[in-house]
Amino acid sequence: MPGNISRRSFLKGGIAACAAAASGIPVSASGADKDKQIATLLDIGKCIGCGACVEACSMVNAAKYPEPKKPFPKMYPDRAKPEDWSGKRDVNDRLTPYNWLFIQSADVTVNGEEKTITIPRRCMHCTNPPCVKLCPWGSAKQLENGISRIDPDLCLGGAKCKEVCPWEIPQRQTGTGLYLDILPAFAGNGVMYKCDRCYNRIAEGKLPACIEACPEKVQEIGPRDEIIKKAHALAKETNGYIYGENENGGTNTIYVSPVPFDVLNKAIETGKGKPHLKAVSDSMEKANNLVAAMAIAPIAGIAAAIGTFYKYSRKDNEGKTDEEK
Amino acid sequence: MKRNKNVYYLYLLTIIFISLSGGGQMPIFKRYYIADIPGLGWLARFYITHYVHYICAALIIGITSYAAAGYLLSAKNKLNLTVSGYLRSALIAGLIATGILLVIRNFEGYIFSHNLIIFLDLSHLALVMLFLFTSLYCFLFKKKWTAS
Repeated sequence: MPGNISRRSFLKGGIAACAAAASGIPVSASGADKDKQIATLLDIGKCIGCGACVEACSMVNAAKYPEPKKPFPKMYPDRAKPEDWSGKRDVNDRLTPYNWLFIQSADVTVNGEEKTITIPRRCMHCTNPPCVKLCPWGSAKQLENGISRIDPDLCLGGAKCKEVCPWEIPQRQTGTGLYLDILPAFAGNGVMYKCDRCYNRIAEGKLPACIEACPEKVQEIGPRDEIIKKAHALAKETNGYIYGENENGGTNTIYVSPVPFDVLNKAIETGKGKPHLKAVSDSMEKANNLVAAMAIAPIAGIAAAIGTFYKYSRKDNEGKTDEEK
Repeated sequence: MKRNKNVYYLYLLTIIFISLSGGGQMPIFKRYYIADIPGLGWLARFYITHYVHYICAALIIGITSYAAAGYLLSAKNKLNLTVSGYLRSALIAGLIATGILLVIRNFEGYIFSHNLIIFLDLSHLALVMLFLFTSLYCFLFKKKWTAS
């Protein structure tokens, strides 16, 4: 239940809040705000795979696509390979720097009937996105409404975000971005691109292009807690299954399917630029649990110092008493 | 004396691992074949370097607290920090402060402003570079933390 707070999350939130308060740095949100992020609900049962969302995405975001400078700078050592999608801009059967949304299809049996299920796939917009949190330069950002996006003016194209993403969503284009102005031969390799859920349109009060263009009203958008309630109601009504509510600790892209997701995952084509539909544990949880050790460390250190100090003080005093005798 | 040496060796080991795992937050060790060196493959695995960095951070905080409390308690022995001791202490304090804020940022729902995140990332990196160069200088020229 979204409203419930587990003992662990209470403890984690408490440690973070204490540290934030002690540091005097204002934070713009608290852990409880997760449900106030904006999420999308995708009713896969309605999707007919027409591709209107993919087309609308390409059209609306065309100005954000890279125009790389060629020839690419020679990179050292040879292990760093350029990735060039600029000549393959029409590829739409996978994620690329020029295609942030594609339709995955799965041939499955629903109620004894052979059926092709189509699934719009793009960034899941995790509630605690590892691509943003583990970016070493702060070029990946999470907005307060839960959108995660990569700043093309800051990204160096190291592709760490892709490696830490459970679905390997971000895609790289070489020959563009800040790295060209620093040490193009030795550091960086372009810019990473992915769905930014039309953050600029949302800021203007518009719908993301994929939602607006869909003739079947597959997607809807709203506050996460409301979307989760709707997803559960829809799943109950259709005997469906939910994906994205708890994956990677929770995402802002909630799928409801008439077919279990482990069955769908076996039926879809996965691989480079084609994300899976497996269950995903929280990528950030293990490290965040280690923060307890950081909270205990100063107490342990000070206790050890006091213990050592009194041990030596007693020895000193005993020595002095012996001398006096 | 033996106990102090143990703390010193633990401190050295922690500095080595926290620096390596900190460097491993950037995608450089694989590109430059360093992760191909036997025993260093973990440096190319971002979640592993993340965990190692957190564990070492807890150790550094513990050791720093131990040293700071010990210094304050033994003030009557007229143990004074040297100039390089003050410099290294300030750099460690800066690293811990920026590190704590980055740790908070990594919790779900804690969204700092973009400029603050960039500042924290770059200042953490700049502070560690300064600290390592200062430590190397102090090691080569036998500069001590304290003088009695």
